[in-house]
Amino acid sequence: MVNKTMHQDAKQHHPVKKIKESEQGEMVQQVLPFALIRGEAVVEKPKDLFIPPDALEIFLETFEGPLDLLLYLIRKQKFDILDLPISPITQQYMEYVELMKNVKLELAAEYLVMAAILAEIKSKLLLPKQIIEEEEVDPRAELVRRLQEYEVIKQAAQKIDDLPRVERDTHIAHVALAENFHVRTIDADVDFNDLLSALKDVMKRTQAFEHHHIHKESLSTRERMSAVLKRLKNTTENAPFVAFSELFTHKEGRQGVIVTFLAILELIKESLIECVQCEVQGQLQVKLK
Amino acid sequence: MRQISDDKLKQLVEAALFVADSPLSLADIKLVLLAEYKVNKKRILAALERLTQDYQNRGVELIKVAKGYRFQTITSLSDDLATLFKERTPRYSRALLETLALIAYKQPITRGEIEDIRGVAVSSYIMKTLLERDWVKMAGHKEVPGRPALYVTTDEFLDYFSLSSLTQLPELMPLPEISIAETIE
Repeated sequence: MVNKTMHQDAKQHHPVKKIKESEQGEMVQQVLPFALIRGEAVVEKPKDLFIPPDALEIFLETFEGPLDLLLYLIRKQKFDILDLPISPITQQYMEYVELMKNVKLELAAEYLVMAAILAEIKSKLLLPKQIIEEEEVDPRAELVRRLQEYEVIKQAAQKIDDLPRVERDTHIAHVALAENFHVRTIDADVDFNDLLSALKDVMKRTQAFEHHHIHKESLSTRERMSAVLKRLKNTTENAPFVAFSELFTHKEGRQGVIVTFLAILELIKESLIECVQCEVQGQLQVKLK
Repeated sequence: MRQISDDKLKQLVEAALFVADSPLSLADIKLVLLAEYKVNKKRILAALERLTQDYQNRGVELIKVAKGYRFQTITSLSDDLATLFKERTPRYSRALLETLALIAYKQPITRGEIEDIRGVAVSSYIMKTLLERDWVKMAGHKEVPGRPALYVTTDEFLDYFSLSSLTQLPELMPLPEISIAETIE
C-alpha cells in the first residue's frame, strides 16, 4: 500500500525524471525516485525513518522509553552495543525525538534526558583527551552498561511472557463434586466446664469494658455532714465521743460508707470535728471540736 | 489409624487434586486428606509419581507448582481450548512484563531501582495491577532515605506461570564480559 502511494507521489511531483526518460528515448527500466532532496532524486528508500505517517504514532508508542528506542536503533544498524557509535546514534535518536514532537506525541521527559546524555557523551568524545588523566573512563561506558542491563531485562520479560500461563496456555483442571456430596462438619467437643470458664472470661471482659456512668449522687455529702454533726451534738458533756464505726450505717452499702467517710473528712478539714484515738490499736473516736 | 491400599491412595489423591480449589501440598495431602490413614510421605510421593505416569499423553497433566500439586490442561491445547471461552485472556503490556521481570529476577527491589534500569517512570497502574493480581507484594522497606518499599514476587506468581520455585525462571541472557574500555580504542 505504502509503496504504491510513494510511487504515485513520485510520478506526480517529479516530472523531471520523465522528461529525462523521453529525451533518451530508451525504454530502460529506471528506478523511480521516491523523492527529491535538494534537487537530487532519492531512489532508494531511506533505510531508517521510513514509517508510514499513520503508523508513526503507534510505532513510537511501542517503545518502552529511551533505552528501548536506543537499543532498537543500535540493533537496526547491526551495531554492537559495545562500540556504541555515538555520533550516528545521537543523530538518529534526535530525529526520532523530532518526529515525536511533530506528531504531538506526548514527549516524556525521559526522552529528553537521554538526548541530553547523548549530547554530553558526544561532546566529551570530541574534547581532546588529556594525557594526564590516565584512568579516564570512556564517557560511553555508563550508557553501555545501562543499555546492556536493560536488554537483559527486556529479554527476561519476553521469556516470562513465553512461560505457560494459566488462562492463556493452560487451564486448571477442576471437577465438580457429586451432587449428593455431603460436606462433613466436625462438631466441636465442648466440656461444660469450658463453657463456664468461657462465660467467666466474658463477664470479666465486660466488666473491664464497663463505662463509668456519672450519676448525680443520691447521697449528698453535705447532707451527711449535717447528719454527722447532729449525731455528735446529741452527745452528753461526759461522753462527747462517738465511735468512728458507729457513724456508718451498713445498710446503705458501700456508697453510703463512702459518703459518710467523705463527710467526716470534710468536717475534719473544716475543723468542726476531731478524730482521736485513745489507745494504741484502739477504736477511733470522733467528737465535736 | 486405618490402612489404605496403594490403589485407593492413588484414587483418593487424584480425586482430591481435582476437587480442591487450590493446589494441594504434600502436607495438605498427608495431614488433612489422609489424616485418618496410616500413610507416610514416601507412599504419597509414590502415588503422585504413578499418577504423573498415568497422565502421560493425556489432555491433562499433573504438575507441581509453588503451592503444591495440581492438574492442568497441557499447553499445546491452549489455542483449541480458547474457543470454549468467550473472553479473551488479558494481554500484558511490555512495560508490565518488564517490571514483573525486574521484580522476579532482582527481588527485593524498589520502584526507583526498577525505574533506573528501565529508564522510564513505572506507572502506578502497573504496580496496582501487579499487586491486585497478587503477583507481587511489598516485603518491608529499604533502609535508605525515604525508606522506599521493597517488592518481591509471590507464590501466586509462580503458580500462574506454572513454576514451582524462582530457580525455575528462565535463565537470564549472559552479559558479555568484554570490558567496554578495551573495545573502544
